[in-house]
Amino acid sequence: MQVASMHFKELAHQNMGNAQLQRNLDKIKGKFVAKRRESLVELDDFEGTREAARAVRQRALDNLDAWLQIFEKNATARGATILWAETPDDVNRHVLDIAARHGVRKIIKSKSMVSEESALNRAIEAAGLQVIETDLGEYILQINDYEPPSHIIGPALHKSKEEVSDLFARVHGTALKTGIGELCLEARKVLRTHYLSADMGISGGNFFVAETGSVVLVTNEGNATLTTTLPKVHVAISGLEKIVPTLEDVATLMRLLPRSATGQSISNYVDILTGTKGAGEFHGAEHMYFVIVDAGRSGVLAGELKEALRCIRCGACMNHCPVYQNIGGHSYGWVYPGPIGSILTPAYIGIENALDLPQASTMCNQCGVVCPVKIPLPDLQRKLREQQFDRHLRPWSERLGLRLWSWLAGKPVLFAFATRVGARILAWMGGRERLIHKLPLGSGWTDGRDMPAPAGKTFRELYTARVRGERS
Amino acid sequence: MRVGFFFTCLVDLMRPSIGFAAIRLLESAGATVYVPPSQTCCGQPGYNSGDRQGAIALATKLVAEFEGCDYLVAPSGSCSGMIKTHYADLFRDDPDMLRRSGALAAKTWELTDFLVNVLKIDRVPGNFTGSVTYHDSCAGLREMGVKQQPRALIGKMRGVELRELTECETCCGFGGTFSIKYGEISTRLADNKCEFIARSGADAVVLGDLGCMLNIEGRLRRRGDMKTRVLHIAELLAGESA
Repeated sequence: MQVASMHFKELAHQNMGNAQLQRNLDKIKGKFVAKRRESLVELDDFEGTREAARAVRQRALDNLDAWLQIFEKNATARGATILWAETPDDVNRHVLDIAARHGVRKIIKSKSMVSEESALNRAIEAAGLQVIETDLGEYILQINDYEPPSHIIGPALHKSKEEVSDLFARVHGTALKTGIGELCLEARKVLRTHYLSADMGISGGNFFVAETGSVVLVTNEGNATLTTTLPKVHVAISGLEKIVPTLEDVATLMRLLPRSATGQSISNYVDILTGTKGAGEFHGAEHMYFVIVDAGRSGVLAGELKEALRCIRCGACMNHCPVYQNIGGHSYGWVYPGPIGSILTPAYIGIENALDLPQASTMCNQCGVVCPVKIPLPDLQRKLREQQFDRHLRPWSERLGLRLWSWLAGKPVLFAFATRVGARILAWMGGRERLIHKLPLGSGWTDGRDMPAPAGKTFRELYTARVRGERS
Repeated sequence: MRVGFFFTCLVDLMRPSIGFAAIRLLESAGATVYVPPSQTCCGQPGYNSGDRQGAIALATKLVAEFEGCDYLVAPSGSCSGMIKTHYADLFRDDPDMLRRSGALAAKTWELTDFLVNVLKIDRVPGNFTGSVTYHDSCAGLREMGVKQQPRALIGKMRGVELRELTECETCCGFGGTFSIKYGEISTRLADNKCEFIARSGADAVVLGDLGCMLNIEGRLRRRGDMKTRVLHIAELLAGESA
């Protein structure tokens, strides 16, 4: 996928000015935030469950190489083929190779964020094959000339029902629909024909289960079940960090994944797919492939951002992020938006290609407290800020300012003098109404806010005077 | 009981009345307040901006200034949170400082938490009359566990009606240097906050961190609201004569 993360400020500005988008974003709070809160009441020990989920994911990461080998062995034993993709291009290459091997002309696809990293659909089409997204949100984006997703579980969240109505009428050549039910039926009608005529189904993978060699798919529309069982070939693509050791571990994670994501106790569908269709079995693909993607992940595993790989892609961090809620997912400029995106984007595509993302956070830690696997998101953002500082990727003025501050604050007498002068200047600037309307070097503040001015003397001065007064 | 008072660099420069209000509250509850004269900054600006070495230097200085006290109390969830929850990370490679900062962290308190849970204050001197609404600043809430404490203290004030603020736990958009680097986003978040403050109809919005106060007051005034007062919880509790 094209990277636009270096245009973050510009994109955020546009999106904050887009009234329709702002109305659509407003729905997040009622839709995801409130429902999550209500569903968590069902758990008698949320924090305990959360700790268990964290431990499950951490255990997998701590011995990831071993679990991957166990997964490979067990999946292979059930007739599946494991393919390793070191780069995003390798993902596309593997998929096209598989398609060529089985004479595939038409591919259906259920949701996979990993495939967005490599712009898989574009590569498939460039090879002259047809690909159809079957997740409703992804389908909407595909027929809108591959608009990028703005959310990891609700990719078309930024669109209103009316916008989708117009799009369907235009692309399908049908009469304008008004109800969501009607729109869903229309999409279903279009998609059904493709399910039956496709030669290959591509899915993502919420979890790869080491002990059984299975892939777990968590969905709500039923499209993943059809995608993975009707065509003769099934390709499951996911990141190498998605391994979990056992099915019991999956059960632990499933107590939190749907609740954290959509506020559901359980998603409408949970598919656990193991191996190819055996003799006498009715369901399943004849050929099953796993494409296990590195694309930067093994580097993260070895570094200080490792905890980000615990992510189970529920989207709670972005749903609860005040910055995301106001600027929307497209502002982040790549596949993964919001707090987790601010870590994964620089980690996967290069810190120098996404300088704003770890900085564009108030570090309020609302993301950290809702994360079901306890990823310390602001701490990881801070580590990226440290890397930017150490690698001289920040503006020289910021660097100078910080160095000046720590130097000055390390010298109490000088600091006291500087703050005395500073307080007087600010007081003078504030005038009679004690408000500064324009701050030199601080237009970022005063473009949209006044700066309340101080009265003119520092606490240190006043306190020293008071103590002296008491003594005399 | 010798309470080391960390007045914070922001209070020093921008609003000394908060420092005096806090001292008044601590003394009214029987604490002996000591104000280390050489104190400056806890190191948070550098820490959150990636300047780890700068932050370590200031944190080392602060630990030396306060470790002799029975407690460290600050009128800020953000600065007390820096000491209590982040110094361990700053000193992760320095066993001696890790031990010393850990000992200080264990006796570091946010003001209202200290008043309620250590001093167990039963009366507050403030004389404000009117309605107030309370904003939970992020670090106080999520790092220091400050939620009920300020509300319990406000509850002791006869003339004050507390009106709960919608989305009181949502960030006001300050975020330290974020407020200048991403001024437009920061302003939008502050504006959302101001909208809810206006809807509460309260005479004053009260909170526990000066950074957030400047952000909220700055946006309120720019919106043309010259009336709603923005008070630090210490100012409210200690009263005008502080």
